[in-house]
Amino acid sequence: MAELKYKTKFLDCWNEAKQLRENYYKNFVRAHEIGGIRWAGGAWSFSAVPAGLGDDVYSLTGEPYGATVAYNKEFAEACHEAIEAEGYARDLCAYMRNYWGSIVLDKYAWGGEWPKADFLWTTHICCSHAKWYQVAGELEGGVPYFCVDVSVGPYDEVNERKLNYMVSQMMDGIDWMEKITGRKYDDEKLIQAVYNECRATSLWAEICTLNKAIPAPLDEKTMYSLYVIGTLMKHRKECADFYEKLRDEVKDRVANEIAAVGNEQFRVMTDTQPPWAFLELWRYLQNYGVVSIGSLYTFGLIGIFEVKEDGTWGPRTTPQEQGIEIETREQALRVLAEWTLSRPEWQHFYSPELKSDMMKRIVKEWHVDGVMLHYNRGCEGLSMGIAENKLALKEAGIPVMHFEGNMGDEREFDLERTRAEIDAFMEILGAR
Amino acid sequence: MITAGIDMGAKNVKVVILEDNKILSKGMILGGFDQKASAEKVFNETLQKAGLSRNNIEHVVATGAGKDVAPCANGEISMMGADALGGAFLFPSARTVIDVGAEEGRAVKCDEEGKMLDFVINERCAAGAGTFVEAMSRALEVKLEEMGPLALKAQKAVPMNAQCTIFAESEVVSLIHAKTPKADISRAIHDAIADRIASMTRRLGVQRDVVLVGGVAKNAGFIESLKRALGVDLLVPDEPDFVGALGAALAPMRKNGEK
Repeated sequence: MAELKYKTKFLDCWNEAKQLRENYYKNFVRAHEIGGIRWAGGAWSFSAVPAGLGDDVYSLTGEPYGATVAYNKEFAEACHEAIEAEGYARDLCAYMRNYWGSIVLDKYAWGGEWPKADFLWTTHICCSHAKWYQVAGELEGGVPYFCVDVSVGPYDEVNERKLNYMVSQMMDGIDWMEKITGRKYDDEKLIQAVYNECRATSLWAEICTLNKAIPAPLDEKTMYSLYVIGTLMKHRKECADFYEKLRDEVKDRVANEIAAVGNEQFRVMTDTQPPWAFLELWRYLQNYGVVSIGSLYTFGLIGIFEVKEDGTWGPRTTPQEQGIEIETREQALRVLAEWTLSRPEWQHFYSPELKSDMMKRIVKEWHVDGVMLHYNRGCEGLSMGIAENKLALKEAGIPVMHFEGNMGDEREFDLERTRAEIDAFMEILGAR
Repeated sequence: MITAGIDMGAKNVKVVILEDNKILSKGMILGGFDQKASAEKVFNETLQKAGLSRNNIEHVVATGAGKDVAPCANGEISMMGADALGGAFLFPSARTVIDVGAEEGRAVKCDEEGKMLDFVINERCAAGAGTFVEAMSRALEVKLEEMGPLALKAQKAVPMNAQCTIFAESEVVSLIHAKTPKADISRAIHDAIADRIASMTRRLGVQRDVVLVGGVAKNAGFIESLKRALGVDLLVPDEPDFVGALGAALAPMRKNGEK
């Protein structure tokens, strides 16, 4: 164990993050008790849009739910076996199988029966999302379903025609929501939700940017419990407010050299979702004085970045900061579409080279010594092109290793073997 | 300095005792169910052969899948790190060391001092490891040690597509039913493993000289198949299954900057 070099302490707002997450899952169940509405969809859904139906609208986003199930090995295995018994293939998205398995078992990870949504609202960018909720709706006995196609190409090729395509789909979606819920849509609530989302996702990017500091104020295992708030409710005020509080605390940690890992000697970054049932590996790294500062996944799944004047990555300037006042439904949807299309984790669906460039940027700006790639069999979308990324990193002279696994299906992960590979990588880095 | 390296492999436990780069003794035993007890036994026997007691050993370095239960170990090294050190010690020109053992195939890139620079391991699959040959020898009803020499007698190359022991076995059965000579089937089996190992090694980049170590390196049929698949000559030590233990024994000296 490398010796302590820096002071360290737990995050003051840790418990608030835990509480926000717990409330989110429980509020979804209780929504009907207060006459509210439940909708479900991907974490990348335009969650600000259903917000226009009222303040009593609660969501369940599928990927963080799938990760919650994955953390509980026994329940995850039960979900996989249940859905595979229904004839669904083992190599499909592991989150999706956890979600479908919960429906088939009629069990909610937070206790009780499966809380069926009133409608399903999602986006389609990876190979699974549209089918995920189509099948979920069928398994739930016919829940109404709407999917927005967002596959319009990378951000640097966005144009008015593409934005019109996305906005028109969301306009149709709002008409559809009014029809199936019988509620009148409130554009003011939509506008406020769009402001919230831009603020929250920019703040998360700012928090990640603060992790460029040495020592790193946050380690990736901790970040997993923080970025998740954005995947649950990026459009809600409490999410943006929480990230503001967290940003201030992380700033304070940087100013006072409070480290996430007191013996930080080496910095690595990972990629894609981790094997959630085996997060102990991130603590294992600390035995070698190694901190994982995050990843494109942890940063860019929710965080919205831009290139600053000095050429480095930082939080994207929000419409509010630019003095843009949103006045109409159409304008709100256009701002939301344009903002969302700049999400870093959406770019590599179009080319692994875009992802390699972003990864090399993180290596340089976050002072990374080595990269640990998870060849994640549980997520085709985020694993797509990962071998190309490995080659690009190696060509850039960056030490890189990969380990095989699955974010949500522990049957495809070998802890001891992965430890052995990490041990060898630590020898290459000089940490062992 | 006297050091010991213990390679707690998936099948066998290997021990090498070194004094200043000179091998004093070595021993090997089947790990069995109680790998710790087997390791104790072979470690004591190897010490006896060298005329030493445990107190004479300054460093005992463990490697291999079961390294956590190695007796008396006061140091550890990864399997890939040990391969690099052992391979480059035996062949200073080595830049790529390929290790094919019972459960795993791996390739390591190293520098002239045996420092590991990069590595790659086969996927969770028996098709790149020694157990694959064992399983296929049962299907062919041929003794394991005869599989390699048999493959060398093959008259032609027969393609085998399976990447999995289970499906490969059914392919072997089909070939038997098609009256394919055993020698040709044996070569097909070795070619299938070699193709997997070669593909894995190419991901790392094949840099000469290439050294082949591990238990499967004793199989002449596999050596020929791998040479064909990689298109390069291979350097194979006399006792390739001891290279990991040798590398582990060398580790303390390399750490001290000794050559």
